[in-house]
Amino acid sequence: MLSSIINDIVDPWREPLLRRAFAEIALLGVAGGTLGCWVVFYRLSYSAESLAHALLPGLVGAALLGLPLLLGGAVGILFAALAVAWAARIGRASSLIDRETAVAVVVTTLFGLGVLLALSADSPPGLNGLLFGDVLGVSDSDLLLAGGLVLALGVVLGLGHHRLLAVGLDRLSAPALGLSAVRADVLLLVALAGTLLVAVQGLGNLLVVAVLVAPPITARRFTRRMAPMLIVSAAVAVLGGWAGLYLSYHAGIAAGASVAGLLCLLALLSVALTRSPGSGRGARSRARRPRTSPAPRAG
Amino acid sequence: MHDPGAVMETEAILRCSGLSLAYGTAPVALSGVDFAAPAGVCVGVLGPNGGGKTTLFRALIGELEPVSGTVESPRCAVVPQTERSRLDYPVSALDVALMGALSRLPWWRRPGRAEREQAREALRRVGLEDRIETTFGDLSGGQRQRVLVARALVQDAPVLLLDEPFSGLDTASAEQLEALLRALAAEGRTLLIATHDVDQARAWDLVLCLNRRQIAFGPPSTTLTLPVLEATYGAELMTLPDGSVVAPPHHHHHKH
Repeated sequence: MLSSIINDIVDPWREPLLRRAFAEIALLGVAGGTLGCWVVFYRLSYSAESLAHALLPGLVGAALLGLPLLLGGAVGILFAALAVAWAARIGRASSLIDRETAVAVVVTTLFGLGVLLALSADSPPGLNGLLFGDVLGVSDSDLLLAGGLVLALGVVLGLGHHRLLAVGLDRLSAPALGLSAVRADVLLLVALAGTLLVAVQGLGNLLVVAVLVAPPITARRFTRRMAPMLIVSAAVAVLGGWAGLYLSYHAGIAAGASVAGLLCLLALLSVALTRSPGSGRGARSRARRPRTSPAPRAG
Repeated sequence: MHDPGAVMETEAILRCSGLSLAYGTAPVALSGVDFAAPAGVCVGVLGPNGGGKTTLFRALIGELEPVSGTVESPRCAVVPQTERSRLDYPVSALDVALMGALSRLPWWRRPGRAEREQAREALRRVGLEDRIETTFGDLSGGQRQRVLVARALVQDAPVLLLDEPFSGLDTASAEQLEALLRALAAEGRTLLIATHDVDQARAWDLVLCLNRRQIAFGPPSTTLTLPVLEATYGAELMTLPDGSVVAPPHHHHHKH
């Protein structure tokens, strides 16, 4: 009985293919779990999803032309970022459509274009891999790339920690503290673009956002400070991702979908089963109390 | 306290001369600002919404370039409204106070042990030594305001700019904060305190009345006359049956 359980746990590690998958998920989990905390607090989740979906034409284009996917992804994400920024601008200036509708239209158009290209007669097989990822097919160079991403994020988020925290608490006060809110946004968006670019090959266009957004939601329920939240979020992403790989191995279902599905399930369960930190006597009860003197507008 | 008017010309540490301010190409938001404040005084900055209080503060920290005129000011630290900060944020009172050290550190330096000790000292200074590890969002409004004062103290600036620090505070918290502000001024700092409340402003050493231009500046007893208040608040001013003058309850457009 015990030995069969141990076998269930050890078996996948005997296969080089799966060993690499475990390593890739560990690296992407650390990257996505930590960066995701900032993405959630800077309210960039929608941007993350928009960018991930809208870079599909770049990936498919690269596959069609036989170019490296990383290059196609980079071009795709740059184009997607410009298109999304343009749509947001149109949305802001127009009285007919709001900003999020404009972004949604542009993102869906780009995604549709990607699918159209992928379904064309001369496209190589592998649309599934682009949409849902191919975590069992990662190469050593993919692992190296993910390792480089973790290192780069470690340096950027480590050095920027206190400044990101200060800008996130109150953007308008940033200049008074000698900080630039725009610089913080750009830093996070560049980090986000880099992470999407690397992670999209393992987890796919549709599922990559799960590793960014779901672990921080789980971690937030159990932590009250940013530094522990980053650590718990990374741990949740890695362990949840590994559990997803086991699930896929033993149940014979798609690996990327198992990982993404399990991470989201954990987030949903943590929200359903726990009270948010401070909800009892703290922030929430106070937020509901009517204010005697509301915040004045900037004069 | 000493007579601020007498020392003003010789010992002013903060001086605005013929100052006009505007946002980008928009029409001038505030003009004709001419005042000088010595060290160690509290200046009440009075005016309606959109009267230019926040605009003046932005110019004093160098965020806004003057259209004309000059600002001579030492480093200023801003104490923003607590309502602007997020309550769901995973930071302690110490984390928030520590943010004041960032303006003095180069970008590659993280706040270290010395900065942490400064932040703790500042929290003790504002009477929150037993709340150092409390989550910022769990503190009361008055306590949060004092954490933001502590953050400004960590910035170690000779001039503090406070944006409506009393809004939303109950009487006890407001009195505690007022005592703290007076103590900080007594240590030689100059405090500019934006407020809607005419009675509140009467308590300070000097008042500056703004309504898209400078209406008046001086000690409250001689400055806050009915014509000055009328010019500051326009027709919205109300005179109560007992003869006291009340500024209108302020209406706000909330941005969510």
